[in-house]
Amino acid sequence: MRLEPRESVSFWLVLFAPIGAIGVALVLTSGLILWTGESIIEAYVSLLKGAFGSRFALAETLTRATPLMLTGLAAAVAFRARFWNIGAEGQLYCGALAATYLGTGLVTLHPAIMVPLLFIGGALAGGMALLLPVYLKSKLSVDEVVTTLLLNFVILLFVNYLLEGPWRDPMSMGWPQAASIIDEGVLPRIMEKSRLHLGFIIGIISAVLVWVVMRFTVWGYEIRAVGHNPSAATFAGISVNLTVLRVALISGGLAGFAGVTEVAGLKGYLTLDLSPGFGYAGIAVAMLANLHPLGVIASAIFLAGIYVGADSMSRAVNIPNYIADVMVAVSVLAVLVSLMLSQYRVRFR
Amino acid sequence: MSDLLEIFLTAGFWAATIRIACPLILGTIGELICERAGVLNLGIEGIMTIGAMSGWMWVYQGGDLWTGLMFAAFIGALFGILHSMFTVHLGLSQHVSGIGITMLASSLSFFVFRMMLPSSTTPPKIVPFKPINIPGLSDMPFLGEAIFSHTPMTYFSFAVVPVVIYVLYRTPVGLAVRMSGENPMAVEAQGINVLTIRTAAVATGSAFMAVGGAYLTMSAFDAFYFGMINGRGWICVALVIFASWRPGKALLGALLFAGLDAMQVRAQQFAGGFIPYQFFLMLPYVLSIAAMIVMARRARYPKALLIPFRRGERI
Repeated sequence: MRLEPRESVSFWLVLFAPIGAIGVALVLTSGLILWTGESIIEAYVSLLKGAFGSRFALAETLTRATPLMLTGLAAAVAFRARFWNIGAEGQLYCGALAATYLGTGLVTLHPAIMVPLLFIGGALAGGMALLLPVYLKSKLSVDEVVTTLLLNFVILLFVNYLLEGPWRDPMSMGWPQAASIIDEGVLPRIMEKSRLHLGFIIGIISAVLVWVVMRFTVWGYEIRAVGHNPSAATFAGISVNLTVLRVALISGGLAGFAGVTEVAGLKGYLTLDLSPGFGYAGIAVAMLANLHPLGVIASAIFLAGIYVGADSMSRAVNIPNYIADVMVAVSVLAVLVSLMLSQYRVRFR
Repeated sequence: MSDLLEIFLTAGFWAATIRIACPLILGTIGELICERAGVLNLGIEGIMTIGAMSGWMWVYQGGDLWTGLMFAAFIGALFGILHSMFTVHLGLSQHVSGIGITMLASSLSFFVFRMMLPSSTTPPKIVPFKPINIPGLSDMPFLGEAIFSHTPMTYFSFAVVPVVIYVLYRTPVGLAVRMSGENPMAVEAQGINVLTIRTAAVATGSAFMAVGGAYLTMSAFDAFYFGMINGRGWICVALVIFASWRPGKALLGALLFAGLDAMQVRAQQFAGGFIPYQFFLMLPYVLSIAAMIVMARRARYPKALLIPFRRGERI
């Protein structure tokens, strides 16, 4: 078997390769559904209905897509520069901590100032969580994959400490949760009789902004250049360390945003189960979108659909909802292969 | 302070250190074999999870403990082969593929566990490996309890290290593996297939990782629960860097690390009053980062790590 680079890659091939791959992934996972003894068609129909079948289901899916979009963008920006930030989960909690610190009575401002303040605070906190990994990578060339991953555990334990100790809401009847965000800081709902909140719009705006920055600005060019070939970028006069720092702050900031939307938009207060792995799922979102910021919007909604749909499917038919994670993982791997095959031709001889 | 010193004088502390070290030794050695051949395997966290689940499930379904271990190793090797299909044969990003493997392996473990045991509120248990007292030695006053009354799997974990050192440094196969990680062109020039060597190394390494996971469910505890691996795989990746890719140092690193972890648990008992327990639980992760910082300057990583090899293509 031999791989040959394709001389020209058509736009349609790149666009449809991931869609075809997701089809293959769904076929592969239907093997597991077969094992459960349920009908494959029935299972997928109930998944689809649960995700997009009604106004309520759609609102739930979009609500779930909000943090995924932001953590997906965080991963997409970082991976573009080959900065492997696997710490979006921790950065999300840093954003949530900042929102809780600022938004539970420290200051009371008009909502038009309060909400941006929470987002700025969350982004700063998220970005700051990456300062140590960036420093270690730039100065000592310590692999950022491991440091960002390990910091997730440290940050989560720190949140645990705050929620069981100094930050525990005295009104919470002993549950480890922080005080509620004051009314001025709560993100307004954007759809009647649903939980969909302003965070969704902020996610979409962020995606468009990230796309503009990556596509049309010098910063974006430098980020892409560092990702393609760091030594060539250095030769062209781009400071790799500075670019990586910038990428890290943007990436951590976006993940911090996700923490703010969950605390101030969805839950209203910080808990330990604020994120069921949104940071890790963001990596899948970014991979499915081939690291394209606008593609992240679609892939976040798709992934959220799988998660929300699988929850309702597991209630309707007897299939554990862990199938959603399997579907996502298989899709990620299938999309990876498909994108590779859109760049290379396989020759058997 | 004297409380802290007293910890070292109890045999229980040393026994716990050895127990905690075993999954780390197996995971670190597994990761090290992959990386010495030039392939970073971030699938480790998931492979340890599925190793823990499949070995346990084999025994729960009525299988024997040792065949259960072999089953876990086999499943681990399968995921290793999958990872090498993506990274070695197709040349995909080792970071991304590894994370994909971790997602797949852990989600599959949870799905299969729930499928086979749908309604279990209290985790079902198996009869794990029993400690064996080595005749004569286990009667020694202090060392007997600390070193010579462990489960067979514990001794197995420690025995793996010299075997791996021997194979890696004293056999032609080991030379080919190390050369694939340093200079794949030279391997190819000898008429040895780099892709085959790397695939075999990743499969073997992943089998060790899976057995490391299985240690938790089949020797250290007797049940499988979600979140069992809890970052141990990532700690192993850090330990490989700490050991600068040397199996002997990996053993020392795992032991040192396990010792600090065992101490942390015991220190909670007398310092828990004024230091919240979460800070003790942070220690393993903080120490892993610190270990990488300390060793960063001296680390000599395999030259061809992360670089896919395509025959006839210049690197």
